[in-house]
Amino acid sequence: MIVGPLLDLRGKPSWRGARNIAMQVIMGLAVIAILIPLVAVVWSVVSRGAGVVLHAFPEFFTAEIPVVSRRAGPGMGPAILGTLLVTGGATLIAVPLGILGAVYLHEYGGTSAFAKLVRFLATVMTGVPSIVMGLFVYLTWTMRFGYSAFGGALALACLMLPVVIGSTEQMLRLVPANLREAAYALGASKSRTILTIVLPAALPGIVSGSLLAIARAAGETAPLLFALGAATAYNPNLFAGANTALSLQIFGNATSSFVAAQDRAWGAALTLMLLAFLITLTARLLFTRRS
Amino acid sequence: MLLDLRGRSAHGDRAFRWIAIGAGALVLLILGMVALVMVDRARPVLGEMGLSFFSSKRWSSADGMYGALPFLWGTLFTAAIAVAIAVPVSLGVALFVTQVAPRWLKKPMVYVIDLLAVVPSVVFGLWGVLVLSQHFGLGRSFLTAGIILGIMITPIITSLSREVIETTPPSEKEAALALGATRWEMIRASVLPHSKGGLVGAVMLGLGRAMGETIAAALVIGSALGQVTVNPFASGNSMPAVIANEWGEADDMHKSALIALAVTLFVITIAVNLIATAIVQRSMRHSRGKST
Repeated sequence: MIVGPLLDLRGKPSWRGARNIAMQVIMGLAVIAILIPLVAVVWSVVSRGAGVVLHAFPEFFTAEIPVVSRRAGPGMGPAILGTLLVTGGATLIAVPLGILGAVYLHEYGGTSAFAKLVRFLATVMTGVPSIVMGLFVYLTWTMRFGYSAFGGALALACLMLPVVIGSTEQMLRLVPANLREAAYALGASKSRTILTIVLPAALPGIVSGSLLAIARAAGETAPLLFALGAATAYNPNLFAGANTALSLQIFGNATSSFVAAQDRAWGAALTLMLLAFLITLTARLLFTRRS
Repeated sequence: MLLDLRGRSAHGDRAFRWIAIGAGALVLLILGMVALVMVDRARPVLGEMGLSFFSSKRWSSADGMYGALPFLWGTLFTAAIAVAIAVPVSLGVALFVTQVAPRWLKKPMVYVIDLLAVVPSVVFGLWGVLVLSQHFGLGRSFLTAGIILGIMITPIITSLSREVIETTPPSEKEAALALGATRWEMIRASVLPHSKGGLVGAVMLGLGRAMGETIAAALVIGSALGQVTVNPFASGNSMPAVIANEWGEADDMHKSALIALAVTLFVITIAVNLIATAIVQRSMRHSRGKST
């Protein structure tokens, strides 16, 4: 047993007991230390954001953003629409591709050299800073096709893809092999087995993992900085024209010296945080209900 | 009911296989393109500045001088502060959740900590710039940025550490307890030595995250030029923050310089992540092999 030299039981029992309690108290303090910023941030956002949102309810969610930022008044409608467009677009791109990629890794590739390379690069890709992805999409897409919500969606999709691949592969690993064997024994082809047996069995986990990736993507700012341009009016067109998003509005208004702009930033922060929490909560409920 | 054998076709089967392979290969394609496009665009500035891009302190688009040392320093300094703050807290929380907390408390605690990971980085930035830096007299500085980044990476390090710690075989813990060890002595003798490698990896993954974080740093670091100092209360700048703040007004050469910053950031974060992943995987494999 490796316990040997690290376990020194020679001290006085009272001293050892005291140290035991002291260390556990320190761990408890760490828990309090992690809760302080969470409570502080949530408190600031709720207390300052709720006033702004409720003062002009429901116009805050529907009205357009004031063009002159020092002017008081509601309006995050276009940013809410922009966030939904960008995140929705990214989801439509990244989730199907990510699931397919994971299907390749787990059902076809296995331990082959190419599958190992893809798995390895997917891990590498999760570490790419979001601003680098934003710049990449600007250079390859936005410079040619102009500002659009779709550019933002592409950047977010690049960030989501490896996350969806990773979480989906984990879920596929949980599907028992005898389900696949039963399907093969009945004469089903491999693709049919995957589509009608394996994926449905893993579905709650896949949806939950994807929702967590979506929640993270909805709050991203850096990848949207270069792709969306700036807008204060509604732009429901995914593929053309400058757009805006809640995160961009928070970023832009945070450093403003005008109280009206800061207020809108807090309101947008509350909206964005509620959106992210809601998606996360849905993911958790989905997963715990079935497993 | 779900199993319909009528649509069997070898063509469809093969096509699906290739679609799946294509989706997997997409990862390779995207990463390759990111590297190629970025390096290509960074070449003008790297060609002109050479190695002084990394060693010069002067960053001035008017003179065409692009020395990134202060931003490199800012990235490393703030990330170091963040790790110094996050590591003790994360380790304490992970040990508390896995070794000390009663069973019923475990799940709610994990949920609450994960909530912290869901708060968007721009919201932390907003809080940092309007609350932390104003009401606590910290101003916009390396320290403020380090604190915000530390808060942001704590949940990641905590959850990774928790996973690593939970791989400790019960037999080793029970052996220590059977010898009469207190709970802390058991942690010190069995849990920590067992998880050491994985914990180092978890911290490095947090470090990589802190270095790449853009928006929160851009809001609270103060955007000062030429700062290479260990004074945590000084304003400074970090690589991702410079890119975010200066891109809008940049001309061609300036943009190339910003892309060169992005390439540098890309290389550093990937190196840190690779080392971290290797350490985590090796220690996981190691421990799994031993426990069976």
